[in-house]
Amino acid sequence: MVTENHDKKGWKEIPIGGIIEEAGNAERYKTGTWRSFRPVHHPEKCTNCMICWVNCPDTAIKAGDVNSPDKGLVGKNDDPNLANFGGFDYEHCKGCGICAAVCPTKAIDMHPETEFLDKEGEE
Amino acid sequence: MVKKVLKALTGAECVAEAMRQINPDVVAAYPITPQTPIMHAFSQFVADGKVDTEFVTVESEHSAMSATVGASAAGSRAMTATSSNGLALMWEVVHIAASTRLPIVMNVVNRALSGPINIHCDHSDSMGCRDAGWIQLYSETGEEAYHNTIMAVRIAEHPDVLLPVMVCQDGFITSHSVETSEILDDETVKNFIGEHNGHHPLLKTENPVTVGPLDLFDYYFEHKRQQLDAMERAKPIIQSIFDEFGAIVGRKIEFFEPYMLDDAEEAVICLSSSCGTLRHVVDELRKQGRKVGLLKVRVFRPFDQNKLAEMIRHIPVVGVMDRSASFGAFGGPVFMEVRNAIADESQKPLTVNYIYGLGGREFTVEQAKQVFDELRQVRESGNPGIKVRTLGVRE
Repeated sequence: MVTENHDKKGWKEIPIGGIIEEAGNAERYKTGTWRSFRPVHHPEKCTNCMICWVNCPDTAIKAGDVNSPDKGLVGKNDDPNLANFGGFDYEHCKGCGICAAVCPTKAIDMHPETEFLDKEGEE
Repeated sequence: MVKKVLKALTGAECVAEAMRQINPDVVAAYPITPQTPIMHAFSQFVADGKVDTEFVTVESEHSAMSATVGASAAGSRAMTATSSNGLALMWEVVHIAASTRLPIVMNVVNRALSGPINIHCDHSDSMGCRDAGWIQLYSETGEEAYHNTIMAVRIAEHPDVLLPVMVCQDGFITSHSVETSEILDDETVKNFIGEHNGHHPLLKTENPVTVGPLDLFDYYFEHKRQQLDAMERAKPIIQSIFDEFGAIVGRKIEFFEPYMLDDAEEAVICLSSSCGTLRHVVDELRKQGRKVGLLKVRVFRPFDQNKLAEMIRHIPVVGVMDRSASFGAFGGPVFMEVRNAIADESQKPLTVNYIYGLGGREFTVEQAKQVFDELRQVRESGNPGIKVRTLGVRE
């Protein structure tokens, strides 16, 4: 694996023994770069049941409110006491596909990341 | 006021005595010959309430090292002991202890690795993990094992070191033989080792840290670079702790302990109990007018190549004793280090390696004399002949 290491700290600057001195830092680890399949949401099939949100191992399904632009359009989606589908956190979604597998209305499907590249191969 | 008492103790009992005085927070161990008498004696101290240690009786050595790692990461002073196949079963966790920079002290009572199965002394167990990242101290006698164990606590826990330390003594030869050993009073040992507060202890909940996370291509190498640096930095720290403790016990303690080396024409480099036999033979041959000497290796990791080169570069011929074989390599582990240390010297000894004593094969006075006689032949002929030889094996 070729990596650009110039932006990372040198051996004299990091804690010894592999210790991470700061709690709750996993948020800064952008596991979204691991993804080869991207979940795509279809609001016209989504009931906002939030089963995807419960099952996502990386808390990469966002919970939205009644004004969520990504909310599902099937059934009740205007109760301020209930969450609505709020979109994906693509910085942390690894593309495991669990959300698509557990969705009872098939409102999420997985697409190869290559579909989202432009002609230069950039996202 | 330092008080010293002479006691008749086995090497194993000497270590148990050191552990009683160290009073570690946690000891996790599994019995294996010839380590067992250490934990036998220590568990008696636990049962008698002479220590405050949480003694964890685990189901295997893999668990013993794992529990010790957990205890050390939690911030406690943690110790264990093992031998041979027990060390082999600890293998993966031995590396984790070092790379997690946990100041664990482990006594290894050297025993041959299976197979064929054998319970007696050689150094194949600890030499097998010489690249694991542990500091390794070797002990000639029970008293040295006692000293090394006490000093190991200070070395391991030094904030600029933070590496685990393995204290080795020879199985049965040292561990089960009774000699008079000078034991310090409890207060002196307690004051010497001091308090242990741990480095980023897990149980310090106001400052939560993650221990043992995934470490891939982006930072693993930097952590290994730190380990290389820690071993290098440990060298002067170890010597300063040796000096400090040496002043208490009235001995000069060094990485390499010379005996009759200054004018030596032939010298032998050796570790652990065989040094006693060799010193006796050096004395005998000196009486006959032979200029022979001995260099005892007390610290094998980190290996101070500069110091060694300085001490042996003037000697015409050096024999290197290895109580373990490195199959397919050019000589045993000690030989490789010695050759490497002198490689760039303009004046350097001819070297011959002796693989000896495997599986507890007795190392005799006659064998030691044979070594010095062969080294003399090498010096007189200027030709080392077979550079890697076996000693005491039947043709």
